[in-house]
Formats: sequence, C-alpha cells, structure tokens
Amino acid sequence: MFENAGWLVVWPVLIPILGAALAAAAWGSERAQSTIGVAGLGAQLVASIALFTHVWNHGVVAMSMGGWQAPFGIALAADTLGAGLTLVGSFVGLIVALHGIGTTDTAHRRAGFFPLLLALMAGVAGAFLTSDIFNLYVWFEVTLISSFGLIVLGGRREQIDGAVKYAFLNLIATTLLLIAIGLLYGLTGTLNMADLSEKVASLPRDSTLETVALLFLVSLGMKAALFPLYFWLPAAYHTPLPTVSAIFAALLTKVGVYALIRVFALVFPENGDMARDAMIWVAVATMVLGALGALAEQDIRRFVSFTVVSGVGVMVGGLAIGTEKAFLGTVFYFVHSIMISAALFIAAGMIAQAGKATRIEELAGLYKRAPFLAVAFLIVGLSLAGVPPLAGFWPKVYLVQAGLDAGSAVLVAGILLSGFLTLVAVGRAFSLIFWRAGEDETPIPDAGALAKGSLGGFAVMTLVIGLYAAPVVEMSSRSAGELLSPDAYIKTVLGKTALGSPSAARAEDVPTAALSGLKEETR
Amino acid sequence: MNSLILRTATPFLVGLTVLFSIFVLLRGHNVPGGGFIGGLVGASAFAIYTINEGVAATRRAMIAHPVAIAGFGLFIAGLSGVASLVFGDAFMTGQWWFPAFAPDLKYLSTVVLFDIGVYLVVVGAIVAIIMGLEETE
Amino acid sequence: MEAAFSIVVGALFAVSVYLLLSGSLIRLLLGIFVLGNATHLLIFVAGRLMRNAPPLIPDGLKVADTVIANPLPQALILTAIVISFSLFSFLLVLAYRAYQSLDTVNTDEMRDAEPMPVPTILRGSDV
Repeated sequence: MFENAGWLVVWPVLIPILGAALAAAAWGSERAQSTIGVAGLGAQLVASIALFTHVWNHGVVAMSMGGWQAPFGIALAADTLGAGLTLVGSFVGLIVALHGIGTTDTAHRRAGFFPLLLALMAGVAGAFLTSDIFNLYVWFEVTLISSFGLIVLGGRREQIDGAVKYAFLNLIATTLLLIAIGLLYGLTGTLNMADLSEKVASLPRDSTLETVALLFLVSLGMKAALFPLYFWLPAAYHTPLPTVSAIFAALLTKVGVYALIRVFALVFPENGDMARDAMIWVAVATMVLGALGALAEQDIRRFVSFTVVSGVGVMVGGLAIGTEKAFLGTVFYFVHSIMISAALFIAAGMIAQAGKATRIEELAGLYKRAPFLAVAFLIVGLSLAGVPPLAGFWPKVYLVQAGLDAGSAVLVAGILLSGFLTLVAVGRAFSLIFWRAGEDETPIPDAGALAKGSLGGFAVMTLVIGLYAAPVVEMSSRSAGELLSPDAYIKTVLGKTALGSPSAARAEDVPTAALSGLKEETR
Repeated sequence: MNSLILRTATPFLVGLTVLFSIFVLLRGHNVPGGGFIGGLVGASAFAIYTINEGVAATRRAMIAHPVAIAGFGLFIAGLSGVASLVFGDAFMTGQWWFPAFAPDLKYLSTVVLFDIGVYLVVVGAIVAIIMGLEETE
Repeated sequence: MEAAFSIVVGALFAVSVYLLLSGSLIRLLLGIFVLGNATHLLIFVAGRLMRNAPPLIPDGLKVADTVIANPLPQALILTAIVISFSLFSFLLVLAYRAYQSLDTVNTDEMRDAEPMPVPTILRGSDV
C-alpha cells in the first residue's frame, strides 16, 4: 500500500482536476472557490516539488493508467524536463492565482475564474507529463476549452472580438494536430511516444513521414505562435483580464513549444529533415518579426504580446540546432520565459490601471507616480532583452554558443538582432511611459499587495536566477542530455527498467491484477 | 415554445427519458451504454423541459446549478481513480467488490462510480450549454 | 475500399478549407464542423478498415478468436467527437455573442481588438 512511486506523476495532474471539480461544485460561493483555487494550486506546487525531487534523485518516473501497460495503455511519465517545467508552471500558476484574487472582481469570480484556472493548470501539467501523443492532444483541448472560458471573462466588446480569432484559429491548430496524430498512427500503429520513437526510427525516410513531421510543425507551431502563424496571438492576448493574459502568455504558447521539443527530440530525431530545415528559418523570422512588432506597437499590452512571440522564436531556434548546448539554452530560456511573460503582462495590466490608458503615447510620467512599478518593469524588461546579470542573459549565451558551434550564422544573427531590437523596444516603452514628464504628478493609489507582490516576486526571481544560475543550468543541462539520449525515458515508459525500480515492479503485477479483475467480471 | 402536443407530452417524456438514461448508465459496463451516453439521454430530457418550461423552471427542477452538478460529477470520477492507491495499484485501476451476500452483483466497483461521475458531468455541462443558448434568445 | 474513403476524406477537407476561407462567421463554423468530421474519418481510415467483425470479444474468451475490427481508432474518434462537439457548442455561443455585441458576423468588420492604427508622431520636445 502507498509504495508506488509512479503516483508522484499523477498528483500534479489530478490535484488541479479535483480542485477544479470542487470549485465548480461550489458554484456561486466566491469565497469557497477562491480558497479551493489557491489551496489547489498550492497543493499542485507541493506535488510538483515532490515529483521533481524524486526525478532528480532517482531518474524518470512513469505510471500506466489503470495498470494497462504501455504502449497499449496511456502512460504518464516525467523526466527532468517534464518535471522541471511542471514545477515552474505550477509556481507561476500559484502566483497568478494570488494576483487574480487581488485584481479580479466579484463578477469575474462568479463567472468561474478559479475552476477554469485550475482546469487550465491541469491541462498544462497533463501536457507536460503525458507520454501518449493522443493524450497530449486531449490535454491541449483541456487547456483550450478552459482558456476559452477565461478569455471571455468580463465580456467586453474587444474581448469577444479577440476570443473569436483565438478560438477559431486554435481550434484549427488542434484539428491539424489531430490529423498529424491520425496519420502517424496509421504509419506506426502506436500512440505512445516512447514506442513511436522506436517505430518511427525503423520506418523508411519517405515523403509520407516528411508530411507528418511538417504537419506536426505547422499545427504545434500555430499553437506556439510561430511565424507565419502567430498573428492570432497579438490579436487576442491583450484583450482579457491582465491575470488571464499573464497565465496564457506564461503557459499556453509554452505548451506548444514543449510539444514541439518532445515530438522532434523523441519521435523524429532522425527523420523529418524538411521540417527541421524549415524550423530554423521559421524560428529566426519569429524572433525578429516579434521584436519588430514590439518596437512598432503603440498599445502596451500588444507590445507585450509581440515580445512573447519573439521569445517563442528563440526557443524553437535552439530546438532547430538540436545539439546538447542548444537544448540547454532552450530549456533555460523556457524557464525564464514562463516567468517573464507572466510578469510582463502583470506589469502591463498595472501600467494600464495606473495611467488609465493602454496606448503608450497617452501614458507619461509614471516614474514619479509609481516608482515600484517603474523599477519592476525595468528589471523584467531588461531580463527579457537579455541584459546581464538577469536571467534572460544566460540562455542566450548558450544559444549563441550553440549556434556558433553548429556554424549556423543565421540563428546567431537572429538571436543577437532580436535581443537588440527588444532592448530598443523596452527602452522606448520605458522612457515614454515612465521617464517622459507628465502633467499629472499625484501619486497613484497602491495597486494592492497581491498585485505588487506577484510582479515583485517575478522581478526578484529573474534577478536571483541571473545572479545564481547554477541550479537552472544544471537542470537544463540534465534535460538536454535526456532529450538527446532518451533511452532511460523510453525504457521506463515501456516498463523495461532494471528490477527493483517501481515501474518494473508494476510491469509484473499490474496487468495480472487488471486481467483478474476482468476475469471476475466476465463470469 | 407554445405547442399543445409538446406541453402535453413533456411530463411523460421527461420522466421516461430520465429513467431510461439511468438504465443506460447502469447497464453500460459490459453491454453498450454507459455514463456518457446515459448522460446525453438525461440531458436531452432536460433540454425538452427547458424548451417547454423555460430556463428558470429547469433551474428550479435541477435544484443545484448545472455547473455545480458537473463539478461534483468530475470530483466523483477523479476520486474513483484514486481508490486504487489504497490497494497499491496504478491510477484508475478498477477495483471490484463482490460482497458475500450478493456475489453476482457486478455494480459495486470504482468503474461504475466513474461512470456515474461521467453521467453527472455530461448532464451538468450540456444543460449549462442549453441554458446559456436559451437565455441569449 | 480505403482508396474510396481517402477520396471522401480529401473531398471533405476541400469543402472545409473552402468554407474556412470565407469571411462569414457562420460559414467558418460550418467549415470547422466539416474539418472535424473529415479528421475523424481520416483517423478511421488510418486505423485500417475491417469489415469482418465488430471489435467485441466473445463471451468467456480473453482474446478474440477471429479477425476483428480495430477498436482503437473508434475510441480515438469517440474522444475526438466529444471534444469537438463541446468546442463547437462553445463556438456557436461565442459566434452568437459576437453577433449581438459586435453587430456583425463578417470577420473583416471585427476590428475591436485590433483597431486600425492611427499614426501619431512624437516630437523631441514631447519626450
């Protein structure tokens, strides 16, 4: 009893589901929903810490749902990358929930803010931890449907407009993903990613497989907001509540990027050359055009949307190079980007609230009126642009080094150019919003401890990670190693590990338990 | 909607459909049926009721808010998967109980509990959607 | 048989793309619907068509004794149908709300979230 370590993978997904269910069952009682929301996300964080610690000390953990052994059953599995991202994701989720308590009003919470947020977090954790590609699609849909609910909270005209574009394009993207999964299943007869990894490697490198790989790139690229399919993001992300924008920017596009990493590192490490060749150009175009968009944008929240797009390009650039150092940079940037995107949208929401405007030219003189906001925005913005000693600097160093090692001048140029453009854009926004003298000099009433605390927390985190990067570098480097040689992951998921480990023990007795249940039942 | 035929038939239809949906739910494990299909049948009963009597009457008839019903169902379904933790099995492994007094009873299992949860989720979610659509008319 | 189904899938995709290229929300909705159905049929064909026997294991056996249809694509399609059904019903409500609050179903006229940019020039003295 209770000895099965595989359960550690289940809790980070199950706790928010149960929390969402409880919060929905408490429909109408705001106070209960807020309590369940924060408690549920706190419990998810604890579960993610437990999972990450176990994975760090003992290696990959996997569990087959219902005891149906992978590849036939659906398995959840956590390697360093999955567990680490779940940890960062649930940390950001908790902070955003606290920010939500501080900034949403009664009507938003009545309309189900907390149940939807918990369901979204369940979907994100599920996508990070599943090792079944169809299950990945299902988690995508879980995040998608809860994000639909979140994006229209409040129901202003521009929100409905943004939601229409977001909903239609994301639905088309997930349908394309389903097409790709269906074709891959037709080719290999399996859906488990560890099994796919072995089966796809033995397939002939023909046009069918190339098509499937390209379909994965297109559909996941659309979810991740890659060039040329990123236009839905700046059309929609600035419309919902700042809290909702923060969690979307932190996690939803990242789930797409994570799926790209998983699919191309595990399933198509050798095949899919066309998709790989396209990827580097797509990535560079995304990072440069995103930064240019941020530079040209007049609306502070749309400015942040474009910087999110630019960051996606940087991560996919590392994936396209595919060396150990490139993966290290990508994973580090992933962690950095999750926090920085949330922080920027929280800051943008506070700026809009403080200056009572969202257009940059209508905002002025906020430095005198809100000094805390100014400093926090500057730290977060500089970290985004990759200025040392902040967290955004290190991943770009690794990525540029990886690009130079691989002889990919275009990636190096893209990263440096987009970093420079982002710096100019952040400087422009900062000097116009904060430094430019404004007519009104009265101090702005405090934004509330929860809003300030969440932004300040992210600013401190990015500073601390920048100054003491070793733990994140170590985690990223181990993830990179596992991505390049996924044998341990494959063996654990398929239950082929050495005797004595939890999953091996399960491989022996679980199917018989399930079968004996069946036998009893069919009497 | 104002139709004499519908108004007369509604009480019988609703009662019979709900009863039928529970029948479909319970027979579901080894023969065609189950929580999802049963839930759809049950939701269609409430749909007929809503079309005839209006949203307010349905809300009264359901007692709890449909979203709360769906949440409760999801909670039951999630918990039914956790039951296997106590027996050292993997998540969602079905656990059966064959009591000594009725060894042929096949319904005392976490699988049926899961199906009941699914039933409530489907009924709650679909009635919530139907109410949303009816209210905007 | 599979070739015939493949042609049907292709035709459905063509129809859905044609509808998705339209500027009207209603046609977009129909396009999404056809796209979903085309995808479900595609998964069905990708799982190989088998018409000998339904995927049911006879009473008393653990494994089927004859060749039976592949149950996995059917399970996948059932899941996908449930998901696309719920998303479609959300889109239906959303499109209706959009028609009410934006007073149009033409995507070209939906510019509330992205208003046409009004160029403003900041002089040095403003900064």
